[in-house]
Amino acid sequence: MNIELTLNRDLTTVDVAPGETLLEMLRRLGFTSVKDGCAHGDCGTCAVLIDGRAATACLLFAAQADGREITTIEGLVDDGFGLAEAMLDVGAVQCGFCIPAMILTAADLLRRESAPTRAEIATYLAGNLCRCTGYVKQLDAVELAIARAEEVTSG
Amino acid sequence: MAEKFAVVGQSEIRVDGRALVGGQPVFVDDAATDAKTLHLALLWSPHAHARIRSIDTTAAADVPGVELILDHRNTPDKRYTTAGQGYPEPSPYDARMFDTKVRFVGDRVACVAADTVAVAQQAAELIEVEYEILDAVLTIDAAIAEGAPVIHDETDALDVWNQDRNVAAHMVGAAGDVAQGFAESDVVVEVTTETQYAQHAPLEPHAVYSYFDANGRLVIVSSTQVPFHVRRIVGRLLDLPVHSIRVIKPRIGGGFGVKQEVLIEDLAALVTVRTGRPAKLIYSREEEFISSRTRHPMRITTKLGAKADGTLHAIETTALSNTGAYGTHGLTVLSNVGSKTLPLYNKAPHVRFFGDAVYTNLPVGGAYRGYGATQSYFALETAVDRLAAELGIDAMEWRLRNHIREGETSPIFKALGEGREGVDQIITSCALEECIKRGAERIGWADKRGKRHRDGDWIHGVGMSIHMQGSGIPLVDMAAATLKMNDDGSFNLLVGATDLGTGSDTILGQIAAEVLGVPLDHIVVTSSDTDLTPFDTGAYASSTTYVSGMAVQLAAQDVMAQILEVAGAILNTPTDELTAEGGLITRADGETVTLSEVALRSLYAADQRQIAATRSFVPEVSPPPFMASFAEIAVDERTGQIRIVDYVVAVDCGTAINPNLAEGQVEGALVNGIGYALYEEIIFDDKGKPLTDDFARYKIPGVLDIPPIEVILVESYDPTGPMGAKSISEIGINGPIPTIANAVHDATGVWLTKTPFSAERVWRALREYQDRQPSVTPPVRP
Repeated sequence: MNIELTLNRDLTTVDVAPGETLLEMLRRLGFTSVKDGCAHGDCGTCAVLIDGRAATACLLFAAQADGREITTIEGLVDDGFGLAEAMLDVGAVQCGFCIPAMILTAADLLRRESAPTRAEIATYLAGNLCRCTGYVKQLDAVELAIARAEEVTSG
Repeated sequence: MAEKFAVVGQSEIRVDGRALVGGQPVFVDDAATDAKTLHLALLWSPHAHARIRSIDTTAAADVPGVELILDHRNTPDKRYTTAGQGYPEPSPYDARMFDTKVRFVGDRVACVAADTVAVAQQAAELIEVEYEILDAVLTIDAAIAEGAPVIHDETDALDVWNQDRNVAAHMVGAAGDVAQGFAESDVVVEVTTETQYAQHAPLEPHAVYSYFDANGRLVIVSSTQVPFHVRRIVGRLLDLPVHSIRVIKPRIGGGFGVKQEVLIEDLAALVTVRTGRPAKLIYSREEEFISSRTRHPMRITTKLGAKADGTLHAIETTALSNTGAYGTHGLTVLSNVGSKTLPLYNKAPHVRFFGDAVYTNLPVGGAYRGYGATQSYFALETAVDRLAAELGIDAMEWRLRNHIREGETSPIFKALGEGREGVDQIITSCALEECIKRGAERIGWADKRGKRHRDGDWIHGVGMSIHMQGSGIPLVDMAAATLKMNDDGSFNLLVGATDLGTGSDTILGQIAAEVLGVPLDHIVVTSSDTDLTPFDTGAYASSTTYVSGMAVQLAAQDVMAQILEVAGAILNTPTDELTAEGGLITRADGETVTLSEVALRSLYAADQRQIAATRSFVPEVSPPPFMASFAEIAVDERTGQIRIVDYVVAVDCGTAINPNLAEGQVEGALVNGIGYALYEEIIFDDKGKPLTDDFARYKIPGVLDIPPIEVILVESYDPTGPMGAKSISEIGINGPIPTIANAVHDATGVWLTKTPFSAERVWRALREYQDRQPSVTPPVRP
């Protein structure tokens, strides 16, 4: 069956199979930033923005994306907050498997909350597992991105 | 003394970073899949111990889209080990691709190759297997009991220590006479600890993709830590010459040891060989939990004897390791229980290690960050706290008096290697004393230790432990690096070393850049491709920074000598009168040539040749990184829950080639260790079936679970390492169990001896302790 959705700002028609998840569909179409780490909604590596909100693509049928707006890392020229740069600058990227979803989720937070506390950032990223970093530098990175944005605003 | 560096010591951005944050197709599963690709699905044993009477694949083979079904009847029957170790592997050859017997729930029974994953899975479910169910061995005690069922009763296994008694491996190493040592000691303590089954849980599961290239060579793209061992082992299993196989490791999504196994490459390769079609297998999360590898659970007894003045006089560690259904890494992990812990307290003249790794019908132990040291430090470092308490000496003070130091050695280095005799070594760098002092100051040891205080139901305490690991396996590991110069004064660095997310491509590039006097972006790093890069034993045993790093440094120095020769010819000056810095070669009078001028002359003009070098490095020693680990914890007296209030570690890794990445290794290992200490555990039903097969049931730390963590890098300089560096990737995981256990004792008086320290287990220990001492209430600090 065909669905129509806005995929990274382009209105797109996709032929999806019954039972196909949004994760499977996106990876089939070559959106490799969307990772399959568990397919159970536990690890968060498949998070994408659905109508601007971070959500795990493995728990949605592709058909449920009909009429919605889906954004992956590939669709962001930059994430709007310098999150990717900050992640690299502080050394928050190790294997990198969790990182695109982590950045998307943090971007979702920063769109609604310009100056979240470290605890608020942690709460928002609670669904994004990472086995490499211990999260310290990922929290540092989001804080750095916020600090840099404030510098730009105030400067 | 530390030298001044330009590129080394800088937190350079990782060379693969932009591809990773952008979600570029760099992982195995991202590879564009040929339309003809066959997808593999496995049928796993539902029984812990059974003989396969018959397999009927008729119905499965009839499913449209099924191309091939593999089981024990149509696959090679050679015995081998899945351990991705050097040749010959120290692990026993006790596995077959498919056996007529299954030995754990999750053992391989059959594999279906079909046009789609769904068809392959559907067909696998249609395979009819008749099993003769055997009595299962589900504990260490059951394995070694008289008359226990024999798990490896095959006649063609090799190098199993004692098949009839279910003992896969045995190791002993000693110096002095411990019996005499304990007899001469004024104070003796003995601790027995038990650790649980745990899984590495890299976020990318095992993944492999194989195909024939245009010239008919078999290409295996694998999420492996050991591409060269994969090539060798798959070649032997499938009777393919090494020259017909190319193994490529792309980016991989974490390993932590679980990808130091040849677990799935043989299947994809065989399907490609039999069908001519590409083949792909990606483990599901459930498969990753049930049938990949685990941390060996262990029961360890450590006995310490000291003189009345506190001097350690004798240590003995005895280990029983559960290697599960197969002996992969059983011997070497067991060896490290002793070899990576006992030299830490080298003042004792009487030392002994004795251990057995036993088979059970449970998941297979493997390489897991820490590699036996993690389990062993629980016993050793809690025994140290008990000994210090008996002696009436502060536990930190006792450690400061007894730990190994620069210029010293331990007889254990020689007595215990990895599955064989080890190598004598003198400690060439050790900043452990400073690590202890800085960590203690930061945690507030002097103010808080022994002064538990209450905050509502929470009782606070502090604990510490100290640790060493190693930097590669001496006289076993080998790494090689090739450097070649390009027209513009840039270089290609080709290394067999395997970056599994650690950042080794980056730090190896930094080492080359440092020697050659260029920025990191002038070094183009290519790694882990058996066709393109020189040999490296792989990413394990904390080897890459030290071993592969030295190979890179040597190759870069060789290339630099060639550059100076050409520059000398251009400048008409002897090479020893030239200095190289910042991409320029300078003569005494200030006349310079650029690296590009050197390259252009060499490639196109005069004395034409490729400026290039390949150098190998075999370490003769394994200088240990050291760590002091400190935590303040609080225990909820009502529930037994442990909350980590503050965690500080100070680590000596020699020169930190890239401080951000070095800290990241420690932070990640520490959090993994905290998970293992507090809650990570594979739980089984009474038939040996794992019940914790997803992230909802097998809890790994999330961002809300982490305490405040501070990593202090205490620099030292190891003269045997690249730019003074030692390796750092494993040591961090060893701290949390003993540090938390010692802190719980400081807070409550209870000694914990079994992990994980779940609320229920701590609550029971508190009750039991209070029942024994009904009149004692903890003193309360105002």
